[in-house]
Amino acid sequence: MYLLTEQILNGLATGSTYALISLGLALVYGILGVLHVAHAGIYMAGAYIGVGIYTVTGNIFLAALISMITCGCLGIAIERLVYFPLLKFPPYVPLISSIAIFTGMEELVRLVAGPTVQTYSLTLPFPHFELKGMVISSNLVGIYVITAAVFLMLWYFSTRTETGLAMRAASQDMAVASSLGINSQRIVDLSFFISSAIAALAGILVGIYYNTVSPGMGAVPAYKALALIVVGGLGSVPGAVVASLALGVAETVLIGYAHVPLPRDALAFIAMIIVLMWRPQGLFGRKG
Amino acid sequence: MSYAITIATFITIQAIVAYGLNIIVGYAGQISLGHAAFFGIGAYSAALLTTKAGLSFWGALPCIIIICAVVGILCGLPSLRVRNDFLAITTIGINFIVEAIFLYIPFFGGALGLGGIPRVIFLGVKLKSGSYLLLCIFILGLVILINRWFSKRWMGLACIALREDEIAASSMGISPIRFKLIAFVMGTVIAGIGGSLYAHQMHFIAPSDFGFPVSVMLLSFVVLGGMGTLWGPLLGAIILGSLPELARPLADYRMLLYSVLLLLMIRFQPQGLLGKGSLLLSFFPSKERGDR
Repeated sequence: MYLLTEQILNGLATGSTYALISLGLALVYGILGVLHVAHAGIYMAGAYIGVGIYTVTGNIFLAALISMITCGCLGIAIERLVYFPLLKFPPYVPLISSIAIFTGMEELVRLVAGPTVQTYSLTLPFPHFELKGMVISSNLVGIYVITAAVFLMLWYFSTRTETGLAMRAASQDMAVASSLGINSQRIVDLSFFISSAIAALAGILVGIYYNTVSPGMGAVPAYKALALIVVGGLGSVPGAVVASLALGVAETVLIGYAHVPLPRDALAFIAMIIVLMWRPQGLFGRKG
Repeated sequence: MSYAITIATFITIQAIVAYGLNIIVGYAGQISLGHAAFFGIGAYSAALLTTKAGLSFWGALPCIIIICAVVGILCGLPSLRVRNDFLAITTIGINFIVEAIFLYIPFFGGALGLGGIPRVIFLGVKLKSGSYLLLCIFILGLVILINRWFSKRWMGLACIALREDEIAASSMGISPIRFKLIAFVMGTVIAGIGGSLYAHQMHFIAPSDFGFPVSVMLLSFVVLGGMGTLWGPLLGAIILGSLPELARPLADYRMLLYSVLLLLMIRFQPQGLLGKGSLLLSFFPSKERGDR
């Protein structure tokens, strides 16, 4: 029983990091309709910047803050320089350019930081719990608390503030929103900034959780996150979050506990194809 | 010289596979990011049929065509339910699942791959590098002819109509399911033939040869050359296939260079070198312009 509970707790942490990545992807898809594969590149860059600043200053909060701001600006730059001018072309054009950016970022990091896996150990300043001999490490608690805080802030921002409402309006219909006086360019910038900053945070958390960062760390989340936002319903942020948490738990429990002989990284795609057969618009997707 | 021949053979094989993708993406307008899966299925069938079942290359070829057609139908059916971005992600999923099957099922050799694939024997002669290249070029020629034939026939025209406007086309009595499936199956069969040529060229194949990056590379060939054009995939394969070899002195930087070039190309010339509104074609005004 302990083993199962432990696996579920670990699975929730994995799922939380997936959720932090895929919610940004869903946000960006909702606004621009671009499959932003380079999002995983930002996540990896965020982890590297975070580690670099942490090793220099020794302050993880400062490292996370600088990393999130830098990555947010990086996200805006990608949107302004590449996606925006390509919106008038068929969707595969921004998609391929996004994959090209992602590969380029991976190669650049590999050249700058070296191809090897970098390890660093760090414990998040959160309390740890012991329940009947089972230890919940402070890093796990940290991931839960930070993820929950991000979700709460995002929820508050999108339902209670004017900018957040404008963002949701723009994701419903950009043309109508801008005709009603919403500065759509600013909204697009803002959504790229927020999603990229959250992706950088996810990168740092994953780096802390596994004690490692590597240039290839973005490869698997990049495509898994695509499957997740499809399962959740393209462009639906709550859908992406629910799908991510479910996948994190399912992966860890099915493969770590039940020893189902399935390749871990294909599970998301198998789930995706099953969901698409049943509901082509995804779990939380709008029809049409 | 043998180095150049090896590279040329690779480029030819990749061009064959890219022509298969051209039918799916270029003519039928179905964005596929999982083409390497079908390339891999062809290569694995060729490897298994020649090493375990003891067939020759020529005996295995019809079986490969049938296998790829069946797999094409099976994978095509879920792809028909979805479109655009959903389709792109579904095909990525197909690619990951197929690669995982090769990797995890011991029958397919697992991570170690399959080896000992014999050379192709033609009229009692073992085809070595130069003559094998000729065989590949011959098959490439056939595939280009099939592309040309397809784009001029009723089937191809129906596919192009569906690509341009599915609702209008289906109101004219063109069945989207039928023609999309035909295009999908043709594309997968051509990819499978390319895969079998690849297996016999390499003598050894592993799951990672058919991963998602290969699909991206194949799609970049088609996009760079110009989707749905007759010579686009070949031009794309020659440029992007030879680029990493030409940039070999830059060893560490070549993948970066490759992705930056791809990005610049798609950013400033999204319709491809031979597509509509291309810079290259504007230097050669002719009646071919804009003709797809």
